[in-house]
Amino acid sequence: MTTENKKKTVRFAEPPKIGLSEALYLPAIAAGIATTVRHMFHKNQTRQYPEVEPDIPKNYRGVHRLNRDDQGRVKCVACFMCQTACPANCIEIEATGTDKNDPTWADRDKFPKTFVIDELRCIYCGMCEEACPVDAIELTSIYDLTGMTRQEMIFDKEKLLSVFDETVQSGKDPVRTVRGQLGPASERLSS
Amino acid sequence: MTIDWNFLWPLGAAMVIVLGFVPVAGLYMTFIERKLAAYVQDRVGPNRVGPLGLFQSIADGIKIFLKEQVIPSHVHKSVYLFAPTIGLMCAMLSIAVVPYGPANAEPGPGFRAIIAPGVDIGILFLLAISSLSAYGIILGGWASNNKYSLFGATRACAQFISYEIPIGLSLLGIIAMTGSLNIEKLVAAQGDGIVNWNFWWQPLAALIFFVAALAESNRLPFDLSECEQELVGGFHTEYSGIKFVLFALAEYTHLVTVSFLTVLLFFGGWHFPGLTGPVDATVAGFLIRWVVLAVKVSLVVAFIMQLRWTLPRFRYDQLMGLAWKGLIPLGILNLLGLVIVLTFDASRWWMTILSVAILVLSGMANVTMAQKRIQRKAASRMAMETQYS
Repeated sequence: MTTENKKKTVRFAEPPKIGLSEALYLPAIAAGIATTVRHMFHKNQTRQYPEVEPDIPKNYRGVHRLNRDDQGRVKCVACFMCQTACPANCIEIEATGTDKNDPTWADRDKFPKTFVIDELRCIYCGMCEEACPVDAIELTSIYDLTGMTRQEMIFDKEKLLSVFDETVQSGKDPVRTVRGQLGPASERLSS
Repeated sequence: MTIDWNFLWPLGAAMVIVLGFVPVAGLYMTFIERKLAAYVQDRVGPNRVGPLGLFQSIADGIKIFLKEQVIPSHVHKSVYLFAPTIGLMCAMLSIAVVPYGPANAEPGPGFRAIIAPGVDIGILFLLAISSLSAYGIILGGWASNNKYSLFGATRACAQFISYEIPIGLSLLGIIAMTGSLNIEKLVAAQGDGIVNWNFWWQPLAALIFFVAALAESNRLPFDLSECEQELVGGFHTEYSGIKFVLFALAEYTHLVTVSFLTVLLFFGGWHFPGLTGPVDATVAGFLIRWVVLAVKVSLVVAFIMQLRWTLPRFRYDQLMGLAWKGLIPLGILNLLGLVIVLTFDASRWWMTILSVAILVLSGMANVTMAQKRIQRKAASRMAMETQYS
């Protein structure tokens, strides 16, 4: 680098000029107090949380739910894609074949006998819902998940389905369901 | 020996009022401070316990008393336990000579709103005792056997020593003019109209006193002895529970004392235009004066709290610079002006002119120095540029 370039790149900041009012400090302090007093009469920005709940966006990644299809059956086809995709290894599925004599299950080959998600181990990354070919697993906007024991936080299939029922009732469907556009395999399933 | 109850009951009543008032005021001042902080920062503040959160202080008090008493194993135990009590004791002692309500300058029988009425060395006693409270902080910091605590304590020590001087200098003016150290007499001299308030002819002294007293009470922006960013918690790092609260209470007591003194010495105390005659002539007049004093003191307390959320904390060298390069020279110049006025037996209103002139001139000197500093920097910059090319 030549000295000419150096001279151009090195820039010196001018200190601000100091006048009488700055040197006396008092006008600056008065201005500061005026600011703080003005803020005392501003509208406060506090949300009274437990009483007023925040409006969580639809693409929030909260507690999982297992979707039901239009006949009320679990939509999951036990393909193990989510379990494979899960970086935290928190999903455990046990698949079973459907009873071919049962007319309600005639169009399905497989469904999960058990579907367990450890909500404490989950990192809420949303990879499972991305991996799911039939849009059966989704992350809802439920954010206040608590429990007294670790056992309570391991959600089985019934619990996950009940989360679905709950969110459908309260109208808090996640973004995938809301946009009304399901994955290709899911559409074939429901048709 | 017989006990003169006529003499003792006013004393006892005054003491009971102060001893009952101070802790409650301390608790509620933390609440008011939190509320004020919240409003300044566009928040709501404590509002869960009771109506408007008013019982927050009571909840805090109960919590404090029920807390586990932790004494770290590495501390000097006896001094560690003794230090907070010294701090609070000094803070409470200094209130003894401060009239917390209207009080006659002449001692007499009956109730009076001051624990020690008619102390002729009132202000001297107050300054001496309140600077003793540095002992509480220093002992606390030393006994904690912790580097950060000791840092905080040494800072507090230097701060106390530095700001004692401007306080003394600023009060000399009104003491010399009134001819008394008795606080009741100093207040009585400010009666008869708003123009007699000491602030009008001693504005510079009032400013110096207020700033220095704020520093003495260890409040922000002068709370370098407990500055969280550098010193964990300062001198009270190792303190918790009721022992910590004693320190905090001492600080709030100081705050009250400083507010009372500012009002009593410079803003006319319980005097207000329209209120004339002796203070305890009628009960109504007495109570109205008490309300006047309380309102004035509350305004000063609110102002100090507002300052806390307005000004950033000083750097340590700035703190020392403000005392030694700012307030003490200003105080000496103010004293010089007072000496001139007294020598020529001139009207005390000359002091107003002199005070403003001193302030403006020192400001102009400051500007000149700042400009010289800028010129020096520019010169060194030129040298650097020639070095590059």
